[in-house]
Amino acid sequence: MSLKQEMPEQKPKERIGNFGEVALGYTEQQAVIEAGRCLECNNPLCVTGCPVNIDIPGFVSQIKNKDFDRAVGILKDSNALPAICGRVCPQEEQCEKFCVLGKKGEPLAIGRLERFCADYERDEGIKSPEKPEPTGKNVAVIGAGPAGLTAAAELAKAGHGVTIYEALHEPGGVLTYGIPEFRLPKDIVKQEVDYIRNLGVDIKVDYVIGRIKTLDELRDEFDAVFVGTGAGLPRFMGIEGENLNGVYSANEFLTRVNLMKAYRFPDYDTPIKCGSKVVVVGAGNVAMDAARSALRLGAEEVTVVYRRSETEMSARIEEVEHAKEEGVIFNLLTNPVRILEGENKTVNGVECVEMKLGGPDESGRRRPVPIEGSEHVIDADIVIVAIGTSPNPVIFAGSEELETTSKGTIVVDEDTMSSLEGLCAGGDVVTGAATVISAMGAGKQAAATISRYLGDQS
Amino acid sequence: MSYNILETRNLVPDVNLMKVEAPDIAKAAKAGQFVILRIDESGERIPLTIADFDVDEGSITVIYQVMGKTTKQLTTLKIGDTLQDFVGPLGTPSDIRKLGTVVMVGGGVGVAPVYPQARAYRGAGNHVISIIGARNEEMLILEDEMAEVSDELYVATDDGSKGHHGFVTDIVKDILDSDQQVDRIVIIGPPIMMKVGAGVTAPYGVETLVSLNPIMIDGTGMCGGCRVSVGGETKFACVDGPEFDASGVDFDLMMSRLSLYRPQEKEALESYNKKCGGDCKCH
Ligand SMILES: Cc1cc2nc3c(=O)[nH]c(=O)nc-3n(C[C@H](O)[C@H](O)[C@H](O)COP(=O)(O)OP(=O)(O)OC[C@H]3O[C@@H](n4cnc5c(N)ncnc54)[C@H](O)[C@@H]3O)c2cc1C
Ligand SMILES: Cc1cc2nc3c(=O)[nH]c(=O)nc-3n(C[C@H](O)[C@H](O)[C@H](O)COP(=O)(O)OP(=O)(O)OC[C@H]3O[C@@H](n4cnc5c(N)ncnc54)[C@H](O)[C@@H]3O)c2cc1C
Ligand code: SF4
Ligand code: SF4
Ligand code: FES
Repeated sequence: MSLKQEMPEQKPKERIGNFGEVALGYTEQQAVIEAGRCLECNNPLCVTGCPVNIDIPGFVSQIKNKDFDRAVGILKDSNALPAICGRVCPQEEQCEKFCVLGKKGEPLAIGRLERFCADYERDEGIKSPEKPEPTGKNVAVIGAGPAGLTAAAELAKAGHGVTIYEALHEPGGVLTYGIPEFRLPKDIVKQEVDYIRNLGVDIKVDYVIGRIKTLDELRDEFDAVFVGTGAGLPRFMGIEGENLNGVYSANEFLTRVNLMKAYRFPDYDTPIKCGSKVVVVGAGNVAMDAARSALRLGAEEVTVVYRRSETEMSARIEEVEHAKEEGVIFNLLTNPVRILEGENKTVNGVECVEMKLGGPDESGRRRPVPIEGSEHVIDADIVIVAIGTSPNPVIFAGSEELETTSKGTIVVDEDTMSSLEGLCAGGDVVTGAATVISAMGAGKQAAATISRYLGDQS
Repeated sequence: MSYNILETRNLVPDVNLMKVEAPDIAKAAKAGQFVILRIDESGERIPLTIADFDVDEGSITVIYQVMGKTTKQLTTLKIGDTLQDFVGPLGTPSDIRKLGTVVMVGGGVGVAPVYPQARAYRGAGNHVISIIGARNEEMLILEDEMAEVSDELYVATDDGSKGHHGFVTDIVKDILDSDQQVDRIVIIGPPIMMKVGAGVTAPYGVETLVSLNPIMIDGTGMCGGCRVSVGGETKFACVDGPEFDASGVDFDLMMSRLSLYRPQEKEALESYNKKCGGDCKCH
């Protein structure tokens, strides 16, 4: 049975004392050995699992030949942000899930090899892309997350003038404000953003569309518009005590840590209250990131509370493993019913009820039902709510004509075109919270659709 | 991005005015909205109400009270200096239309956000009665400006050094007790003043609006840090507000949430003062 090369990592005890990256990346020798395991299938199933159809056997065989420049070239043909995808793609659900090696042993470590190439390129110095012939058309891209950045890169490569409008003071979307440094160093995001700037894309930060300008005004000003504003509106549970001091949405907690660098307070001005006993509600990537950040901020005890069982947790397996190694406690089949109030409206514990799994619900997963009389209190002074997000409606202010669903997502056709002419949308604002690579896939599709639309116009 | 400071002026002790070049924000700004600014890379994002805007000049004016680290650091900036970030206009604009008689109440630095609203209500054809207050005469801001945009102007000071000796809310009560028909009251000031004001007007059943100022980060509805409880419902002040009907606001909750970071705020100010005596722009 063939096993993949182990990823060098910071030891758990050490890493919970810092925000440095946990997974350290393959050495050149490891990358070449790992690449050697690939069968270079004629009909590579792995590619069917990649939302942007990277030529996986192609770039892997270049690693085998130690021609890393060519490997990078092949990756970049399909993916503008390989250093990011190599780190945060749920590979085990995508490309690696389909790899034939997985039938008899472990699948090829495609994500790790992708990361290796991107890191190699960064060490060598990223080459500035060639500037294409301008088409004279101008496109506005709203939101500088993976969807917007990818769309902008593709549109610029096609020769269109591109302006990105971003609400926050840094581009990157969730990559900047959500995913922590220890999983995705911000220098990497900056570098990828710089690459996109070098393509000639103008990034205007501090621009909240819907407030400073409406979508309709942008449609008048530009030849086409792409909306990639993500799903940034946090959901709360609607239980008693949820507005108490010390109850955070995961978005607020992570934004304070990542975007505002509260972990470096007082060198950075933004404070955060971490407490000694932290309860995180939810079991996705967001919950894992919040729990692991809390540990690094010095919390004594961090407990993840989730109403279903381990099989239903949506976080990447690797992240759950990392969280466990670091000492995060998992209280599964447990649901908060009330947050208890302490002095001066602070948190003083979370009352929970135990759950059991009943028949399947609309999502096909088994429905959790409360067990009567199982109420108990978990000690806590901080609660972080990570039960999901939906699209932020600010973008629609003043432009009610755009067709949306009852969940607040934008309705688009298979080419990403919305109900308004010349306006495409993609990423989390269309699908609801999903993945980096699917947002990028949508951005790429939208760029193709917009180029075609602009071609038809002239 | 980077935003030029066009003017800075000290109005009264610890209250300063700052005018910033931001043409796109000036074009879109409406009374009742605010901006969020960040001085530099390591700075905090802080919200300040738009006290005035000038489309021709492309400028936004804010008036701030020195509270802690960030507002103290702001006082060190001069004409020609820049702010790293200036985001706006944020929040839902005030619902300004012709109602009849509107009473505008501003306390302390709260007079600053009242000013553009009073002007807009007057512009919409209302009879505007303004009541402004401060600790003492020396701390009173924008008296001339308020006089210009009000049909009637009353002043109250805590120590009686000018106008009525007592609180602005005393004058509100007098007006409500008189025969004067009042169609709306807008109260903006420190949370405790808004809470007391809401208590005074409640028995009269006159619509009373307050502008809430919880701690904010993004100002776009993304973090939920600014949530307040209004009529038993959770609202995000930065997008659903900042203006709300006073009758349902849980002021105690808001005030306790405002105190969450007191120890850190103290630490930040102390570390800032130590680094530079508080008078330079380092850090
Ligand atoms: C904590 C966390 C961890 C995650 N971990 C993973 C992971 O490990 N792997 C994975 O694949 N996915 C992960 N995800 C999901 C993934 O990050 C998202 O699916 C992806 O970022 C969506 O990309 P997007 O471009 O559609 O939106 P976003 O990344 O949300 O970007 C949208 C951008 O638009 C801006 N914007 C919003 N409204 C406006 C407006 N009105 N005007 C101007 N700008 C606006 C926002 O500020 C933001 O910068 C995670 C998500 C979170 C929150
Ligand atoms: C919508 C809105 C409009 C406002 N308009 C004005 C205005 O026109 N003029 C004015 O003087 N003040 C205004 N404020 C309050 C102003 O934002 C705070 O005084 C300022 O953030 C204090 O920062 P600091 O670092 O100097 O003080 P700190 O020492 O950090 O804090 C002092 C106090 O200010 C409050 N505060 C701290 N951080 C924030 C934050 N990020 N957001 C909101 N409040 C905070 C807290 O109650 C804190 O105890 C407004 C607040 C809001 C929410
Ligand atoms: S982009 Fe993601 S899915 Fe595609 S090959 Fe890379 S890791 Fe796999
Ligand atoms: S399926 Fe696996 S072995 Fe085959 S080409 Fe893809 S990565 Fe290589
Ligand atoms: S300030 Fe973040 S949601 Fe209002």
